[in-house]
Amino acid sequence: MIRDHFKVLTVDLSTGQRTIADIDGRDTVAGGSGLAAMLFEKYGFLGKPWNEPGQPLIFAIGPLTGYFPLMSKTVCAFKSPYHDQYAESHGGGRSALSLRFADFDALVIIGKAASPSALIVGSRQIEMKDVHYLWGTDLQVAGKVLRRMFPGGGHRTILRIGPAGERQSPMACITADTYRHFGRLGGGAVMGSKNLKAIMIHGDASFPLPAGNDYVKVFDKVHADMTDTDMMSKYHNLGTPGNVAVMNDLKALPIRNLQATADPATAGITGERFAEVALLRNAACAGCPVGCIHIGFVRERFQKENRYLYRQISYDHELIFAVGSMLGVMDCFEVLKLIDVAEKMGLDVMSPGVALAWATEALAKGFITEKETLVPLAFGNSSSYQAAIEHLALGTNEFYQILSQGTMKAAEQYRGGDFACVLGQEMAGYATGETFFVSQALGLRHSHLDAGGYSYDQKPKGKTAEDAVKFLVRDEKGRVFLTSMVSCLFARGVYTDETLGNCLKSVGYAKLADDMEKISGDIQRLRWKLRIRTGYRPENVSIPKRFAEITTWKGQIDKTFLNELKEAYGKSIMSMAG
Amino acid sequence: MKILTTPRMERCIGCHSCSLACARLIHKRLSWDAAGIRIRSSGGLSTGFEARTCFACDPAPCVMACPTGAYSQRKGGGVVVRKKLCIRCGDCAKACPVDAIYLDASGEPFVCIHCGRCVPFCPHDCLEHTEFSRGAAPEGEEAAAAGEVES
Repeated sequence: MIRDHFKVLTVDLSTGQRTIADIDGRDTVAGGSGLAAMLFEKYGFLGKPWNEPGQPLIFAIGPLTGYFPLMSKTVCAFKSPYHDQYAESHGGGRSALSLRFADFDALVIIGKAASPSALIVGSRQIEMKDVHYLWGTDLQVAGKVLRRMFPGGGHRTILRIGPAGERQSPMACITADTYRHFGRLGGGAVMGSKNLKAIMIHGDASFPLPAGNDYVKVFDKVHADMTDTDMMSKYHNLGTPGNVAVMNDLKALPIRNLQATADPATAGITGERFAEVALLRNAACAGCPVGCIHIGFVRERFQKENRYLYRQISYDHELIFAVGSMLGVMDCFEVLKLIDVAEKMGLDVMSPGVALAWATEALAKGFITEKETLVPLAFGNSSSYQAAIEHLALGTNEFYQILSQGTMKAAEQYRGGDFACVLGQEMAGYATGETFFVSQALGLRHSHLDAGGYSYDQKPKGKTAEDAVKFLVRDEKGRVFLTSMVSCLFARGVYTDETLGNCLKSVGYAKLADDMEKISGDIQRLRWKLRIRTGYRPENVSIPKRFAEITTWKGQIDKTFLNELKEAYGKSIMSMAG
Repeated sequence: MKILTTPRMERCIGCHSCSLACARLIHKRLSWDAAGIRIRSSGGLSTGFEARTCFACDPAPCVMACPTGAYSQRKGGGVVVRKKLCIRCGDCAKACPVDAIYLDASGEPFVCIHCGRCVPFCPHDCLEHTEFSRGAAPEGEEAAAAGEVES
């Protein structure tokens, strides 16, 4: 629904109270990232811990959600159990369109349910249900039961957590509709802390379109750009797994806990290899004709007689890097098995992969023993890693309990911080160089998508730290506006400022279109202010020694430039936030 | 006359582009429900998708069920709906054997008019707008040309 304000549903799980409020701010924070930050400022307790029952868990969509292709993401905001600071995590699936058609711009969940519960939201329904019998179930079981319990198949989203979230691990994700996630920084733990197993949003309303023909004309142009040009072909073809071979060729693929950046054995886990032997089909987030979700299969012989079962598992570059190259597992079916275990447990796949890579090296160096790891972790040993991922999710012993708090927490206890591949959180799958390392380490989401540091690294050398900081700040600003719309960032090539302006005007948001530059700057500042007010200090973020030891296609990492850039970007962030 | 068919739904990725296009272009709405074709997952995403759309019956049970004449038989199968005559009783939806008619919160019915405008929005060519006969269509006066919704 086009409106000049936000319609926000707040549910208090402690009291059961539900409130629908019209909140101003459309022309200042737009939606998505901006709206989530504004709502966190309104409802959050900046000085209290992340698991304080009153802390909000926020889901926000944007002014263009559902109106244009790939405006298909939802921003989730919360105080993170990973660092106890403000955090954002983005997810797709059907979450965005479901919230749009439930007719809310944002859902704010506060309080803590008395027993494990599910929240059901629709345009004509807001309800809490006791689901204590689902506590402890893995995501596959929970998904099946929840689908049976609630109506709306196809036009609803089911957001749920697994055992890792229930145990409040900072590595726990919120899974959306089986194959997508609010993956990073522990959103799943926040749901767990609220006794909230699942959120079902039923998109059951519809709205009149804006008057005139502009909207349909602009839509057709954007749709043609998405589907008739080669701008999105990467995602339609191999998908992000196409990056595996590209990064390996560049000597920029993190391998075996970043002890190497290229290895011919990665031929077994490239996007091409997956497509050849393991790709079963594709899927899409609702509202996205590109369909970048790649679903592979594994089959498992479970009896000596020829009895098999099979599973369907989605894969992406980040997942393949984390439980593939980073763990020295170079067979695509073994990678899928590891993804499957993490998915069932409700873990963000990236963090366990990087954490277990550290544990493997720590075990080899004698910092820890098999008494801690319980299984013989060794690069390439997939079956050990399958067991270890479960231990990590369930917190089987003290070691796994600490490791599931974050790799650096474990390194503080057991030593080995120099080779912990942590950049604010467990690293993403790009060892492209100094700019990316600084961008992820200091970035607001600690995500490779905060700013294009990895692409800046691939530009010709000879740039100064000042040039790189200007790029990062400028690039983040553009991305923040996109994530306030809320666009999938894969569409950033299509959604230029001009196109975004046309889209906004065509549905009646002329003021947003006219003030994009100012609004994006304001949202960028608002997010950083919140992060800083919740404790962020760039000088407290370290980039472990391992990152300076690697060699890429450009040669050795330039430590001087790395340090200069980190300091300069940190200062820039602090000054940006005032 | 051409009708909409869904011969390659195994390819469907669940993007809902067809439903959104129908709602946008035919019904002037933003919706994935208020459309002549709707996509549902058949028991979770791992089992794929199915399309709920008109099978172009001839004779159409919804025409026979309609008490006001708002529904009439379309030549070549399917129906023409005159929404001015519709009293929102919902009998059409009850009569439809394939659950192809969506009733919104006010009871307004939405059913495929076999115009084919959703077809180009499918990225995997799941849909087809084609000459397809399920049997001889009656050539009665009530048979009307397709291509628009009369409201």
